Amino acid sequence: MNSKDRILSDLRSQQLPAAELPSLDQAWTRYEDPSAQFTSLVESVGGRVVRLPSQGDLPAALAEIQAFTAAQQIVSGVAEIVGNVDLTQVDDPHALETVDFAVFPGEFAVAENGAVWVTDERVPHRAIYFITQHLALVVAADQMVHHLHEAYARISLGTSSLGVFISGPSKTADIEQSLVIGAHGPRSLTVFLIG
Amino acid sequence: MNHAPLAAAFVKDRPRAEWHDATLWFVRAKRDKAAQSLPEWETLRECAAQIKAHTQYRLADYLEQFEREATKRGAVVHWARDAAEHNKIVLGLLRNRGVTRLVKSKSMLTEECHLNPYLERNGIEVVDTDLGERIVQLAGEPPSHIVLPAIHKKKEDVGAIFHKFLGTEEGATDPNYLAEAARAHLRAKFVAAGAGLTGVNFAIAETGGLVVCTNEGNADLGVSLPKLHIASMGIEKLIPRAEDLGVFIRLLARSATGQPITAYTSHFHGPRPSGELHIVLVDNGRTGIRANEDFRRSLNCIRCGACMNTCPVYRRSGGHSYETSVPGPIGSILAPAGDPAKFYSLPQACSLCGSCTDVCPVKIDLHHQLLTWRGELGRQGLISWPKRLGMKLGSFMFRHPAVYRMVGAIARKLTPWLPRAVVYNRFNDWGRQRELPEFPRESFRQQFERRQREQQR
Repeated sequence: MNSKDRILSDLRSQQLPAAELPSLDQAWTRYEDPSAQFTSLVESVGGRVVRLPSQGDLPAALAEIQAFTAAQQIVSGVAEIVGNVDLTQVDDPHALETVDFAVFPGEFAVAENGAVWVTDERVPHRAIYFITQHLALVVAADQMVHHLHEAYARISLGTSSLGVFISGPSKTADIEQSLVIGAHGPRSLTVFLIG
Repeated sequence: MNHAPLAAAFVKDRPRAEWHDATLWFVRAKRDKAAQSLPEWETLRECAAQIKAHTQYRLADYLEQFEREATKRGAVVHWARDAAEHNKIVLGLLRNRGVTRLVKSKSMLTEECHLNPYLERNGIEVVDTDLGERIVQLAGEPPSHIVLPAIHKKKEDVGAIFHKFLGTEEGATDPNYLAEAARAHLRAKFVAAGAGLTGVNFAIAETGGLVVCTNEGNADLGVSLPKLHIASMGIEKLIPRAEDLGVFIRLLARSATGQPITAYTSHFHGPRPSGELHIVLVDNGRTGIRANEDFRRSLNCIRCGACMNTCPVYRRSGGHSYETSVPGPIGSILAPAGDPAKFYSLPQACSLCGSCTDVCPVKIDLHHQLLTWRGELGRQGLISWPKRLGMKLGSFMFRHPAVYRMVGAIARKLTPWLPRAVVYNRFNDWGRQRELPEFPRESFRQQFERRQREQQR
C-alpha cells in the first residue's frame, strides 16, 4: 500500500463524531465610514492612503512622491502612468531586482484590516509585487468591502495562480520586537483611492 | 530530557528572564486589544472550532478533494507518512532538477521533520529567509517561538551574530541598520536560489489552493523568482471552503501579534506560468493523535502562538527549555503524543491556570488536555517516584477526613516552631522562591463552628 492509501485508510478506520459546518452568514461588524476605517488601518501598519477625485489625477499625485520622482526603473500596470520597464518584455523575473517603483491596480479594498486584493491575472511576473523597492496600488473607492467575509464572497479563488491581500509595506519585528519597515519587499506602500 | 533544569538555567540570568517575560506579555496585550476591537470575536472562535471539528470528521474526503482540485490546477501532490519520507521527497525534487540552493519561509513542519540538517548533509544550501529564523539559523539554534523565532535574542545578540556572519559593524545594535543588512544579504540569496519552500497556513479542499501569511514578503519572493515551489503541510492544515478563510484569517494575525492581518496573505493555486508547484502532505503521527478522543482537538491548532505569549511558564522559561519544534502549551500536548518517555515533563510544567484556553482562537481546551496528559503519563509510569509518593499520600489524606484534620492540626502547631533549615531545604522545591504564609491558630472548620455558635447565641 502506498503512503496515500495508507494515510487515507488509517483515517477512514477511525470513527469520529459527526460535526456540521457552521453558517458564516452572521452579524459581522460593518463600518459607518469604510473609507475612513480603511485609511486609519493602512496608516497604522505604515502605509499611506491618498484620495483622488479621478484616475486622471494619478500623474500629478505620483509626482509628489519622492520615491517615484527619484525612481530609475518604473513598472506600471495603470494606463495613466507610463513606466520604463515592460513586464511583457522581461523573460526572467530576476531582472526585476533593480525596479524602484511599481504601480498596479488593486481589485478592491477591505475596510476591516486595510488590505488590498491583487492578483497575477494580468501580470506576467508576480514577483513584481514583492521585489520592487516601492509599491503603489490604485483602487476605486466604491470597491470597498467591510470585512473579509464579504471579500471572500466576491473573490473566485483558483482563477489565478496568485491572489494576495497586501496590507502595508513589507515589515519585520524580529529584532527585539522593534518594528522595521522594508524587510524584504517594498519599503513603502501608497494606496490611491479613486473617486 | 526534563523541562525543569532547562528552565532553571534560563531564569538564572534574572534581568534577561524578566525582559523575555515582559516582551511576550507586551505581545499578549496587543492581542487583547485586537480581539476586543471585534465584537464578533467569540462568534469567530466558535465558528473556527466548528469548522475544524467538521474537517477532522471528514478529513479523508477533504484530503482527496484537495488533491483532485490542486492537481486540476497543475500542482503535484505528494503524500508522506513520516518525516523521513517527507525529507526524501523534498530532496528528490531538488536533485532531479539539479537545485543546490533552497530558500525557505517559515514552516514548523520542516522543523518537526528536521529537514534543514538532512538537506545540508546531502549537499543542499538551505537559507531560512524569515528574519527571525535567519538569526537563529546563523546562531546554530532552533527557533524558540513559532511566530517570533528569535524572541529570546536581544539586539546586542543579533548585532554580534550579524557582525560575525554578515560583516556588519562591531557593536551595532540599531534594528533598522541590522534589518537593512539582512535585507541585502537575503536578497542575494533569493536571487541565487533554485527553489523556494514554504509552509502552509491553510489549504482549501474546495479550490486545491494554499494560503501563506507573512509580514516580510519572504515566502512570496522565495516562490516567485525560482521556478520550483515546494509547499510542505501537515494533513491537519485543511479547511473545507474558501469562505472559511474569512474566519481563520481574521483570527490568525490578531491572535498572533495583534495585527488586523499580516502584510501579505497569499493564495496560491497551481504553479505560476512555466513554474512548478509541489505540495507534500505529511502525516507524521497526526492520524495517531486524531484517533485519540482526548487529544484530537490539539490538531485544530493554527499555530498563532497566542498560548505561548500568555503562558506564565513559557514566558519565564523560554522556548528552548521545551526542546520541541512547537513549544509552550500546545507543544506540551503535541510532543508527548509522539514520544511520551522523552517529553513526560512538559505537561508537568503547566500551572493549569487556563490562560491558554482563554486566548486560543480555535477554542482548544489546552489546560484540560494538559491535565489529561498528566493522568495518562502517570498510568504509563512516567512520573518520578517522589511525585508519585506525594500524590499517593495526598490522595490518602484527602480521602480520610480524620487524617486530614490531624495533619492540619500538627502542621499548624508544629511548623511555626521548626528551625528554618527543616522547612526550607533542598527537598522543598516549592520553598525556593516562596515563603509560607503565617499559620492561623484555628483551622477553617474550627473558625466555622465557632462563628455558628456565636451567631446562634
